[in-house]
Amino acid sequence: MTTFEFFSLPFMQRALIAGVLLGFIGGLYGVFVVQRRLSFLGDGLAHAAFGGVALGLLLHNDPLWTALPFTVAVAIGITWVKRRTRLSSDTAIGIFFSVSAALGVLFLAMKRDYSVDAFSYLFGSILSVTREDLWLAFGMFGLSLLSLVRWKAWAYATFDRDLALADGIPTDRDDYLLSILIAVTVVVAVKVVGIILVAAFLVIPAAAARMVTHRFSSMTILSCAIGVSTSIVGLVLSYYADLPSGAVIILAQAATFGALLPFSGRKSA
Amino acid sequence: MSEPTLLQARGVEIRYGALVAVSEVTFQLESGSFLAVVGPNGSGKSSLVRAILGLVPLTQGKIDVLGKPAGHGPAERIGYVPQFKTFDRHYPALAIEVVATGLHRSWAWRLTVEDRALCMAALERVDVGAIAERPVGELSGGQLQRVYLARALIRKPSLILLDEPATGVDYVGQADFYALLHDVQKELGTTLVMVTHDLEVASHHASEVLLLNRKQIAFGTPTSVLSQSMLGEAFGHIGHDHDTHPDGEHHTE
Repeated sequence: MTTFEFFSLPFMQRALIAGVLLGFIGGLYGVFVVQRRLSFLGDGLAHAAFGGVALGLLLHNDPLWTALPFTVAVAIGITWVKRRTRLSSDTAIGIFFSVSAALGVLFLAMKRDYSVDAFSYLFGSILSVTREDLWLAFGMFGLSLLSLVRWKAWAYATFDRDLALADGIPTDRDDYLLSILIAVTVVVAVKVVGIILVAAFLVIPAAAARMVTHRFSSMTILSCAIGVSTSIVGLVLSYYADLPSGAVIILAQAATFGALLPFSGRKSA
Repeated sequence: MSEPTLLQARGVEIRYGALVAVSEVTFQLESGSFLAVVGPNGSGKSSLVRAILGLVPLTQGKIDVLGKPAGHGPAERIGYVPQFKTFDRHYPALAIEVVATGLHRSWAWRLTVEDRALCMAALERVDVGAIAERPVGELSGGQLQRVYLARALIRKPSLILLDEPATGVDYVGQADFYALLHDVQKELGTTLVMVTHDLEVASHHASEVLLLNRKQIAFGTPTSVLSQSMLGEAFGHIGHDHDTHPDGEHHTE
């Protein structure tokens, strides 16, 4: 097989398109996740997706379509608790994280013959991305492009919430919108990288970009570029090395992070 | 038609749940005034400023800014210099981008030539043009203070609200900053409302002082408000540590 022959394989084409789309979306929302110190949110929502997937398996529905409303509801719940109570983000996420995981375990226990189905969602399988999964990823990509109209407002509120509020930015509404979009991203990405690794898509490309940029706009562009390029590199490497693609993509992101680490300025006091 | 009263508060009360942050606040400011809001930690100073901006709801009373209820007025005519602790020092931003938020009331994806010229003029007006391209995380307290002032001034505001702007700035830097504020006020005729814990600053620079301790103790000229008896009522025993240095108001939310 020649170097690029694998591109002619339909399942690899679908895998590549899905990886590129999710790399871009994860990079785009990741800058807000990292700058708002919400890295734990990705994990929390991934576990919510686990609860939803398990419910879908139990009910013999499409697990991802069941996980979607379940995860969005959890994202709204986390944002509501964070806004309306004295609890911090990580506490709010921690509560929903645990409850969702517990529900997931319960649903799987009720199903009994869970092992194969559940494992494919826990660890992801980009090579089994179907045409329907791809449409879902395209839909999310379209949504992420549409959401760029709120980038300026989200960036402003991320820098200083009070200034943004004083200038009429609806920060509460925007928080809900952003968390819902992140929830949908997590569900779509579960098929590609799996529940266990999905949070990395929202954290590592943005964290790597932050180390070498001094402007939020540059950080956003670079984060998307890292998300896309590491998806391609990880997928190609995993194909030739015959390794799990989701894990190799995340390791490619981590390698990029490591390569950029020496260029990071020292943290100011 | 004559310009409406710049800032008017009538019977204002702010509560956070059962906790009364501040109550019974009634005052009126005309254009060109310099109001110092003073009081001990947790006396409701910052809460009042946030209410003027429309960031916290009133449980009683009314605040009108330029003839409109707080939060519904013309935001482009109000400048705000917050406490530095409210923003993320590790946010990837250049000083000039922070100033540009005063212009666009949102974050700019990129700055146009015209934006840059306006932002540079504002930064140079407060003597920090040289730091325009520096990341905000690398700026000193005094430089940040001026960047935020430039951000407020770029709107040519009728009212500037400053919340403890001297926190973390050395004595010389503070003196320069207050001299700059006076120049700006003279030049633009802007009204200033400044939360401060420094009674000396209030006495030397303000035209009016509002003394709070969970409620309004007094409002008037510095001489009338900063008397031993009034300060005693607000701070307790005069001479206690927090009378002269009740630094950094506790922010109650």
